[in-house]
Amino acid sequence: MDVKTKVIEIIAEQAVLEPSDVTMDSTLESLGIDSLGLVESIFAIEETFDITVPFNANAPEESDFDISCVATIIAGIEKLVAEQK
Amino acid sequence: MKRVVITGAGTINALGHDVVTTLRAMSEGLCGIGQLEFRDVDRLSIQIGGQIKDFAAEGHFNRQQMTLYDRFTQFTLMAARQAITQSGLEFSGDLAARAGVVLGTAGGGVSTWDDNYRAVYEEGKNRVHPFVVPKLMNNAAVSHVSMEYNLKGPSFTVSTACASSNHAMAQAFQMVRAGAAPVMVTGGSESMLCFGGVKAWEGLRVMSRDACRPFSANRNGMVQGEGAGVFVFEEYEHARLRGAEILAEVIGFGMSSDASDIVMPSKQGAARAMAGAVHDAGINLDQVGYINAHGTGTAANDKTECTAVADVFGHHADKLMMSSTKSMHGHLIGATGAVELLACIMAVRDGIIAPTIGYEEFDPECALDVVPNEAREAKVEVALSNAFAFGGLNAVLALRRA
Repeated sequence: MDVKTKVIEIIAEQAVLEPSDVTMDSTLESLGIDSLGLVESIFAIEETFDITVPFNANAPEESDFDISCVATIIAGIEKLVAEQK
Repeated sequence: MKRVVITGAGTINALGHDVVTTLRAMSEGLCGIGQLEFRDVDRLSIQIGGQIKDFAAEGHFNRQQMTLYDRFTQFTLMAARQAITQSGLEFSGDLAARAGVVLGTAGGGVSTWDDNYRAVYEEGKNRVHPFVVPKLMNNAAVSHVSMEYNLKGPSFTVSTACASSNHAMAQAFQMVRAGAAPVMVTGGSESMLCFGGVKAWEGLRVMSRDACRPFSANRNGMVQGEGAGVFVFEEYEHARLRGAEILAEVIGFGMSSDASDIVMPSKQGAARAMAGAVHDAGINLDQVGYINAHGTGTAANDKTECTAVADVFGHHADKLMMSSTKSMHGHLIGATGAVELLACIMAVRDGIIAPTIGYEEFDPECALDVVPNEAREAKVEVALSNAFAFGGLNAVLALRRA
């Protein structure tokens, strides 16, 4: 399973939606994922791909990880997975 | 000063998953103590406890709640739901703004600590779930009750080991009596029956390997339990005006600190707390018909408690009844006073005195009427509930028939 499909699955589960309801331009807010849901998603992503996501909930804009929409999240994770290999 | 009554009660413990089942078990002298069942139990030298069986949180909470609720919070919410439903109260507007929650727990989310220490130390994982802190914190249960029922008044957690619930309920009682809140949800919860929780207690060498036999000459230690007890304390006029069923009246409390030893009990400290409760309630000593003892089943507690009762009550000590229901549900640590208050309600409301089961041999150092092995019918006007904690912190509540 590729990174994109798996990340969308994780986000969909958190949002209690079907993966088909999660589009690349969906934002966490539009999906109804709050701050606790976000850290829980990041935890699930880290566990799934065995990576460390550089995200600080206190200063999201300073983190080297763009969470503005699903597409940027996937891009960030693909980069981390590639770096790890 | 306002009068304070109990208009709702809820529990889950080894004897039952609600109040009716629990009180029936107490009146039948049933024992909820048995073989512990959890991971690595074979590495423990103490393998018995008052564990709650046949409880599946999945049926009661949704997925998101499950990830946020430690077992001690799950127990609290089960008991709170029963208590608040029974009271018939709904919290909105001014009532919601003034009503609060005060609960006791000694350890809070012990199994969350245990599971996650295991993950990082034993399994070598370098990452834990993001909700570890909101799950394990001692005030998690209070906060979830507050959120679930819209209780926005004074709310906090009290942690005084084995007296946590009694201190919490005394605090709630004071708030209602003083007019600070018309209603308080109060009681306590504990869930230490996991590998690390029991292993820690083993170290003290005060645990029995076979049974909890309070006041019996052959007693050999305490047995742990788990669960929660939650009550609705309500200002009497508030309850009367809405026609609420009143289970019992809370009439006083006494608190004291031994200021002597971190684990050994003190006769003087226990006596001052009992005498303080009687004084606060404004009653005569001979009005007390029943005491739910702290009665842990350790050599030290039981003889100290009996001597303290004799000192406070004098000749009346030979007339009153005192039992330890820990023999049936185990020692629920921070929740124990809450579950034991149910036995006091049963005594004053139903006229049924819960027994001390497992009683086998008379001990001259515990020469009171400990209601051995079988429940008894008796008319009781006032009951006391004792809790004497490690650290020498004591809290006693007084209940009167409504």
